[in-house]
Amino acid sequence: MTLPAAASPDPTHDELIRIVGCRQAYHKESAADLVVLDDVHLTLRSGEIVGLLGRSGSGKSTLLRIIAGLLPPTSGQVLWKGRELDGPVPGIAMVFQSFALFPWLTVQKNVELGLEAKGVPAAEREQLAENAIDLIGLGGYENAYPKELSGGMRQRVGLARALVVHPDLLLMDEPFSALDVLTAENLRTDLIELWAERRLPIKSVLLVTHNIEEAVLMCDRILVFSSNPGRVAHELSVPFAHPRNREDPAFRQLVDRIYALMTRRAPIVSEAELPGEEGPLPPPSVQIALPPLPINTMVGMMETLAADPLDGRADLPLLASRLQLELDDLFPLGESLQLLEFAELEDGDIILTQEGARFVQSAHDERKHILWHSLLHNIPLVRTIRSVLDERPNHRASAERFRDELEDSMSPDYAKQTLQTLIGWARYAELFDFDEEADQLFLDEEPS
Amino acid sequence: MTASTLPAHPSRQGRPNLFDLAALLCILGLAVLLASAGRHMLAPLSAPNAATIHLDPSWLPGYAVRTTLRMFAALMASLLFTFTYAVWAAKSRRAGLILVPVLDVLQSVPILGFLTFTVVFFMGLFPGQVMGAELAAIFTIFTSQAWNMAFSMYQSLRSIPPDLDEVARGFRLTSWQKFWRLEVPFAVPGLVWNAMISMSGGWFMVVYSETITVGNTDVLLPGIGSYVGTAIAQRDLWAVLYAIVTMLVVILGYDQLVFRPLVAWSARFATATIDARPAGDPWMLVLLRRTALLRRVTDSIGNGLTAIGGLPLGRRPSDARHKVRVPERVKDAGWTALLAGFCAVAAWQVWQYAHAAFSLAEIGHVVALGGLTLVRVIAMVLLASLIWVPAGVWLGLDAVRARRTQFVAQFMAAFPANLFFPIFVVFIVHFHLASDIWLTPLMILGTQWYILFNVVAGAASYPADLLEVARSLHVGGRLWWVRVILPGIVPYYITGAIAASGGAWNAAIAAEVANWGDVHLGAHGLGAYIAHATLRGDTAHVGLGMTIMAAFVLLFNRAVWRPLAEYARRHFTFS
Repeated sequence: MTLPAAASPDPTHDELIRIVGCRQAYHKESAADLVVLDDVHLTLRSGEIVGLLGRSGSGKSTLLRIIAGLLPPTSGQVLWKGRELDGPVPGIAMVFQSFALFPWLTVQKNVELGLEAKGVPAAEREQLAENAIDLIGLGGYENAYPKELSGGMRQRVGLARALVVHPDLLLMDEPFSALDVLTAENLRTDLIELWAERRLPIKSVLLVTHNIEEAVLMCDRILVFSSNPGRVAHELSVPFAHPRNREDPAFRQLVDRIYALMTRRAPIVSEAELPGEEGPLPPPSVQIALPPLPINTMVGMMETLAADPLDGRADLPLLASRLQLELDDLFPLGESLQLLEFAELEDGDIILTQEGARFVQSAHDERKHILWHSLLHNIPLVRTIRSVLDERPNHRASAERFRDELEDSMSPDYAKQTLQTLIGWARYAELFDFDEEADQLFLDEEPS
Repeated sequence: MTASTLPAHPSRQGRPNLFDLAALLCILGLAVLLASAGRHMLAPLSAPNAATIHLDPSWLPGYAVRTTLRMFAALMASLLFTFTYAVWAAKSRRAGLILVPVLDVLQSVPILGFLTFTVVFFMGLFPGQVMGAELAAIFTIFTSQAWNMAFSMYQSLRSIPPDLDEVARGFRLTSWQKFWRLEVPFAVPGLVWNAMISMSGGWFMVVYSETITVGNTDVLLPGIGSYVGTAIAQRDLWAVLYAIVTMLVVILGYDQLVFRPLVAWSARFATATIDARPAGDPWMLVLLRRTALLRRVTDSIGNGLTAIGGLPLGRRPSDARHKVRVPERVKDAGWTALLAGFCAVAAWQVWQYAHAAFSLAEIGHVVALGGLTLVRVIAMVLLASLIWVPAGVWLGLDAVRARRTQFVAQFMAAFPANLFFPIFVVFIVHFHLASDIWLTPLMILGTQWYILFNVVAGAASYPADLLEVARSLHVGGRLWWVRVILPGIVPYYITGAIAASGGAWNAAIAAEVANWGDVHLGAHGLGAYIAHATLRGDTAHVGLGMTIMAAFVLLFNRAVWRPLAEYARRHFTFS
């Protein structure tokens, strides 16, 4: 049995969601508000799969929750079928990265939940749920509890639960990123097949992802998000028919192009803000958030880059598949190397700099020395910390103070994270050390 | 997962089977017992002072049933309290502002002290009926369970996983539907666990509260506790032993018939895959699941309840959006002002009362007594640690021994230690020992087991590879204890020690005074002070003693246990 076919994609492209000038900011007590989304415009129409592609922390999941009606935007307009959205509506359903299944309900009961909330009578509910479960390929598992299922099957339950209410718009929040490679591919293929055969009882899909290939494989339109604050930086349409072939040169070309767009060098401090120009002076050091990146990973990356087949230059998509790295691992790695001037990102390629090559060729002590200089030269906060520690008679300073400084330009979580990463790097270079118990930074020996 | 976690398949064709017969017999027996015990409850309190407790062991089963019924009545009351108070505190931010701290304080108040007030209150409510005394006893047990359970519920409600919450809101479940579909199931494992832990304290209370003497009001409620009380008055050691055996049977039955099935059942609601539950389902749960007839009855009840939980009562989430912000803040300020005003008036009243009733010297004296009891509690926790930490490590490092010890220790923790008190007292009386020292161990008698079973749990979950490293590096003797095993079990030990010391404070009221026939023993301490004031029916002094004791417990928790637990959590956990 199949579900009633969806309304075929409307040639008039009737509009489902329209977002105008949406902004989301979190209020902070001390400093300026933390802006997560800024001036986002977006329109979703019937009959398309749209991908929101961006790095973690770019606010794409926040945008998805705004569209779901779970989160009111700080300002801006969200229109659902032409009317202002003021909370969750029956025509929108969501699939979660974590599956979000109720562990105490069977597959059947989990799927029935949305129908129950709508007040659908029990008999009809059961029938609809069974249909959805069959459609998504879980027939026979109705009485199982989520913990008995594998990750892929759990996400199928999540899908069935969203589909059974016949929503017009299906929101998917990184639905495949908690699954292993093979399972994810299997589920993607099944989903696209159902979509292409028009067997899904939905009109449109909005897919949040940080996987470029996934976006190109599934979507008709891709919106590339920039970070800090999140906004739609680029919009691309994907002209290929389903099923798509990853090895198709045109497919590869598009993937390469998106990599290039996403690695396009964004100035950390824009020219207009540099001192000497008119207008107010910018804060002395705009800090950027650092990912949890151990120094060994960076060294490993540099060594791989320097080694034989690559010889100091690599194509990012190729490197990603070669090292089995997700976009969210690769970009922070590349950017951190760029920050330390050990590598450069250019047109979807990563290139080892001279300094980077020197680092790779050096012995352990020399490496410490190179990193020491690079940290002091390239990261203002490290410079500040070191000079504060040098000045103090006991060479100790509370870490809290530097975290506060970071919080002026990022959320407390990121500030904590960033300082932790810096401490890791500084320990390798023996620039300074950290006393976790006292939450203090200190110099291990007398400075020379 | 194993097959045992699959919903046991309804027995073939649903025809009654042998399991049904067994279950039916159990139910029938229970019904008869309940009916006969219930009849007595509403009986007129002909002459409660003269109520005779028969020391003939043949009366014991009947007494045991009445004691157990009181326990379950209190449990019901606690559940009711949990589903109202805790839910209110969690749902209304403003109510939570006052309800949560009140709960926190109530948790630290020595429960036995409540007796004085409740007996007077309930006897006044039902003059001339056993009901009043029964309710007073039930309320005492209630006070030993309700705070814990309410706190657990409150914490669960405040820590609902955000993704599940989003699903519920996304599907526009009403507040009623969300409560029964998401919030209650999520709270179940914690609630069941806490209810069961509180039951241990409850057995202690029920035994104590069955022989209540507050001033001139003297009540003997038929039960195991009053049986022991009578045995003490008549110096009958054999009767005390009979009572202990009966209690063993009752707790064993409760453990097998109620506790284990409930905990196994509640595992279904656990969100994270928690550490392995005891292998296989308890036999009682298996029996319940296999009986065709009973299963059909429980299924239809379950379905009915599920349907009620699904009723579209309450608000849909989208409605909440239209709140205006500014008046909220104004209302908040008003509410805070109201609370502050109320607190000020209350503080003034208490000050006035205390000022008139007690001299500063008296308050100082009571604080000094509190210090004495504090010394006792610390000494006893240290003593129990010296014994049970090494023993627990030895027992816990072997899987089989660990499992058996867990069972015995949990069982012993549930056993009301006050049943053993007479045996100690007989010794003290016989050898003319100093009661200031020798009554002290009674405080920790019941709660030492918390230390043991937590240490066993810690040792049992100690990573095997770390032990192997120690063995391959030939780490032994003192170094092994200090560097290898002790740091690894510290978080567990602290959990156990907190429970043990909390229990000891409460037990002090029962342990610092003791009788054997007409010999009265008493140690100097805050517990004895409260106990004596209760006996005199001196509400003011009971109140003073309770306040000071609650202050000691609160301060001790804040100043010692919490920082210790926090430190242990940061430094001595694996991961």
